Amino acid sequence: MNAIAPNIAETDRLRLAPGVMLRNDRRRGQWMLMGPERLLVLDEMALAVVRACVGTEVADVAAGIDRLTVEYDAPRTEVAADVLEMLTDLRNKGYVVT
Amino acid sequence: MSCALPAFAASSAAEPAPPFAVLMELTHRCPLRCPYCSNPVALESASAELDTATWKRVLDEAADAGALQVHFSGGEPCVRKDLEELVAHATEIGLYSNLITSAVLLDQPLLERLQRAGLQHVQISLQDAEATGADRVGGFKGGHVKKLEVARAVVRQGMALTINAVLHRHNIDRVNDVIDLAMDLGAGRIEIANVQYYGWALANRAALMPSREQLLAMDAAVRARLPELAGRIVVDYVVPDYYARRPKSCMGGWARRFINITPRGRVLPCHAAETIPGMTFETVHDRSLSDIWRDGPAFARYRGTDWMPEPCQSCDHKEEDWGGCRCQALALAGSADAADPVCELSPAHAEVAVLRDRDAAALGTEWTYRGL
Repeated sequence: MNAIAPNIAETDRLRLAPGVMLRNDRRRGQWMLMGPERLLVLDEMALAVVRACVGTEVADVAAGIDRLTVEYDAPRTEVAADVLEMLTDLRNKGYVVT
Repeated sequence: MSCALPAFAASSAAEPAPPFAVLMELTHRCPLRCPYCSNPVALESASAELDTATWKRVLDEAADAGALQVHFSGGEPCVRKDLEELVAHATEIGLYSNLITSAVLLDQPLLERLQRAGLQHVQISLQDAEATGADRVGGFKGGHVKKLEVARAVVRQGMALTINAVLHRHNIDRVNDVIDLAMDLGAGRIEIANVQYYGWALANRAALMPSREQLLAMDAAVRARLPELAGRIVVDYVVPDYYARRPKSCMGGWARRFINITPRGRVLPCHAAETIPGMTFETVHDRSLSDIWRDGPAFARYRGTDWMPEPCQSCDHKEEDWGGCRCQALALAGSADAADPVCELSPAHAEVAVLRDRDAAALGTEWTYRGL
């Protein structure tokens, strides 16, 4: 195995990695992905992307991008580029898996 | 210890940002006898360990102090009969539970009970990629095979698995095999953990220190594989201290992220802090964790940047590495108040290379197993 893992694509189906959960910490007033010995604080955009694109109830990443395109009233190509980059980063950090 | 956590908020001397996690050393008992154990050389006895009710109170206080995660550690935490009960309590009060284990006392029924109690993540240490060397280092026959069985059970049950691979002179040449093994086991993460020389490891440094050639080969092998590993397994890798040019951000900064509690309830900023002379450590019987975290003398002593000497004080990196490691400054520069000598800007840096090269050349040195 020497190939670099491909970036997340619209046809991928994503779920949170084992041991990862979405949490709201009321004390700090922050949403975060909590995982093994680590956490990632989510800003408003990252939270929206995780909610739209990750989970067994989401058909695929494309469906999430469609939803965000409507919610944010933005050009789909731009939304897709940002979302796929963010999801690839989350995958590489171990928070989501295909 | 390194970590990649965001700082939650700017902290002031009056009111530091809350801790990220509490590390509970439930016991110092362990069936393994690794010569690089991070426990202190003076191990605490079973009879001194906190009881179940006290550990539960400490968990409550950790949550009150703002901690989000608990690391059940040791020694071997599975020797405690109340582990399941403590995990359940942590879950009930909203703490995320990690188990840091040798795995040799775990089996599928216990794993299932711990998972039902809310355990999310199991970190298993490996002593080598192959059984003969691994069991020799751990001083426990059959340990390696048992660890692999348990690791597979963790993944099968859908829990997160981290492999903690401890590297030294006797196994560093097999780093690729260790990475392959972690991937084969289905680990989500691997810590490529070159031995850090505190406690037992410091006493055994001459038996463990790899050569410069070994270090360079390992480093090149790991870096060459990082691109292909991205997206497949998370790699935590830090250049070992004695070969580094800049110090690690030990514990993510003194009293910034972690509270460590020893089996009998001493509250420490890091697991090796007791080696520092002249420090006053409170216990869980003295004050609440919130109070100790906020202004306990041991926590306040090296928190932030005010305590720093030169060259740290005027350094652009002082809020990245937080001056490195206090215990290492003590061990190598003779004072915990000094800059970490691992830093090439430290006046004591050259001596690190002298010690390192001397110990790396001491081939044939036998280690002393951890024990009472």
